[in-house]
Amino acid sequence: MAARADLGLLALGFEGSANKIGVGVVRLDGAILSNPRRTFITPAGQGFLPRETATHHQQHVVELAAAALREAGVTMAQIGLICYTKGPGMGAPLRAAAVAARTLAALWRKPLIPVNHCVAHIEMGRLATGKARPVVLYVSGGNTQVIAYLNQRYHIFGETIDIAVGNMLDRFARLLNLSNDPSPGYNIEQLAKSAPRAAAAGGGGGGGEHGRLVELPYGVFGMDVSFSGILSHIQAIAPALLASGGATAAELCYALQETVFAMLVEVTERALAHCGGDSVLLVGGVGCNERLQQMMRDMCADRGAVLGAMDERYCVDNGAMIAWTGMVDYARSGRAPEWAELYCTQRFRTDEVHVHWRDD
Amino acid sequence: MEPVLLAQGAEARVYAARLNGSPTVVKERFAKAYRHPDIDYRLRSTRMAQEAKMLLRARQAGVRAPTVHFADMQACALHLEHVDGPTAKRFIQERTVEEVHAVATAIGEAVAKLHDADIVHGDLTTSNMLLRGGAADQLVMIDFGLGQFTTLVKDKAVDLYVCEKAFLSTHPSSDALFAHMLDAYKASSRHGAEVVSHLDKVRARGRKKICLG
Ligand SMILES: Nc1ncnc2c1ncn2[C@@H]1O[C@H](COP(=O)(O)OP(=O)(O)O)[C@@H](O)[C@H]1O
Ligand SMILES: [Mg+2]
Repeated sequence: MAARADLGLLALGFEGSANKIGVGVVRLDGAILSNPRRTFITPAGQGFLPRETATHHQQHVVELAAAALREAGVTMAQIGLICYTKGPGMGAPLRAAAVAARTLAALWRKPLIPVNHCVAHIEMGRLATGKARPVVLYVSGGNTQVIAYLNQRYHIFGETIDIAVGNMLDRFARLLNLSNDPSPGYNIEQLAKSAPRAAAAGGGGGGGEHGRLVELPYGVFGMDVSFSGILSHIQAIAPALLASGGATAAELCYALQETVFAMLVEVTERALAHCGGDSVLLVGGVGCNERLQQMMRDMCADRGAVLGAMDERYCVDNGAMIAWTGMVDYARSGRAPEWAELYCTQRFRTDEVHVHWRDD
Repeated sequence: MEPVLLAQGAEARVYAARLNGSPTVVKERFAKAYRHPDIDYRLRSTRMAQEAKMLLRARQAGVRAPTVHFADMQACALHLEHVDGPTAKRFIQERTVEEVHAVATAIGEAVAKLHDADIVHGDLTTSNMLLRGGAADQLVMIDFGLGQFTTLVKDKAVDLYVCEKAFLSTHPSSDALFAHMLDAYKASSRHGAEVVSHLDKVRARGRKKICLG
């Protein structure tokens, strides 16, 4: 096994669990040699479209694999192993990427390594930020989890008890008929920025400019969060408020962000306090929201911790994070699973993975 | 004199103080700059009030919990009896297997008493339990800001689920320890068996969730 673990080992990784298809080449010393990807954007007012997304991935995966090799300046012969997302995610899009990975692995007789998508965000985040033992907030269209590492496992310390935060934001964006380009959450964020602000009038919250807050339910239950009650509440009040001028769309976006991000930061802080960590990683699509980042950074600063610098390599779905995670797994174990185990699954919990490659 | 900071928990800072000559602590839910001031004040004030109420009810239910001396509504601060001793988290990390087992029993019994009084704690982590004088049989429950009254089996099962997740993500190989805690709970709570069997459903709910993206 020692021979395999030389730092020149190269991995080719395939990711396609949601609306992005990406292929990346990574070296065992951590260098990302290439990481191209494409995003399937659904029309305004529409949610996930698994079948169309899978077709999109099928159409682009071959050209992306070729581009990944070309940009990295390597040939298939030099690739040491191939990695793909086993789950969680949408079934059909997952399979589009997995079929490409299996085909290449069979043709070139390369080891094929299945990877948990959530664990890949974490491993790439640790690599990119150099934070060894962060508390992780994973927030995307399908996931809302607070994760803490212990004893070769990423434990889910807290999570949503109903829908994911990204799903809730997407559904609210549909209510306002906002564009899905580049993402509904991005457009909520931009609209929220235009809500009028006034200097904070004491009463805590520490300075800064704040807007008027439409009061929404607050769903923190111990370490868990809930979003479906907030969504149905805002869906119920929004039409009348907008019609009467009681609140603008911008003010609703603002209130929704302020409320749900406060919940997310609160549960992250609770994990941080209990686990005694000194750093936080924010991963997944919703982690790109600058207001969430700012709140998380302020929370960390208040308790002498730091937020890992945001970085596309681990925040947004991509092939390199899959390649990296499969590679650290393989470099340690020296084996690939049997072909029969190389399938995809919509359900695959972060805490099911034995993180055998970590010794701390 | 500068107040001495004893701990910064998940929500509050806890300072050492004195009242009428005896040692107390001030638990201040200080303003959090990261969130909107309206949300901030709403959470701090309601949780302080809730904590004061639930601490009293817990004591009435026969569970050790600090006496509330005074509530400062302006600062969202509670003046509480000082409990001298380590958190259960530290105790479990540092003590012998026998002592740790005894604490798990004590936790199970205390949670059973709370639940039998229709109180759920809401944040049952080992950071929210203290051991007075470092004694395994002197378990004191703290941090009731998320506490609720409820008669529902489901809510009590969720309370145990939070506790389980906190155990497993903080204490290495604590499956057996948590199982021991559950046994003690079942043995001493009136509806213990029913709540514990519902816990399986709550666990399954987490496992079954589909994660997209
Ligand atoms: N009455 C008390 N006596 C002694 N120490 C206390 C007392 N209350 C809290 N502490 C200490 O402060 C920490 C945080 O208190 P806690 O009530 O859990 O606040 P938080 O809501 O911020 O978690 C506890 O873990 C404990 O170490
Ligand atoms: Mg606490």
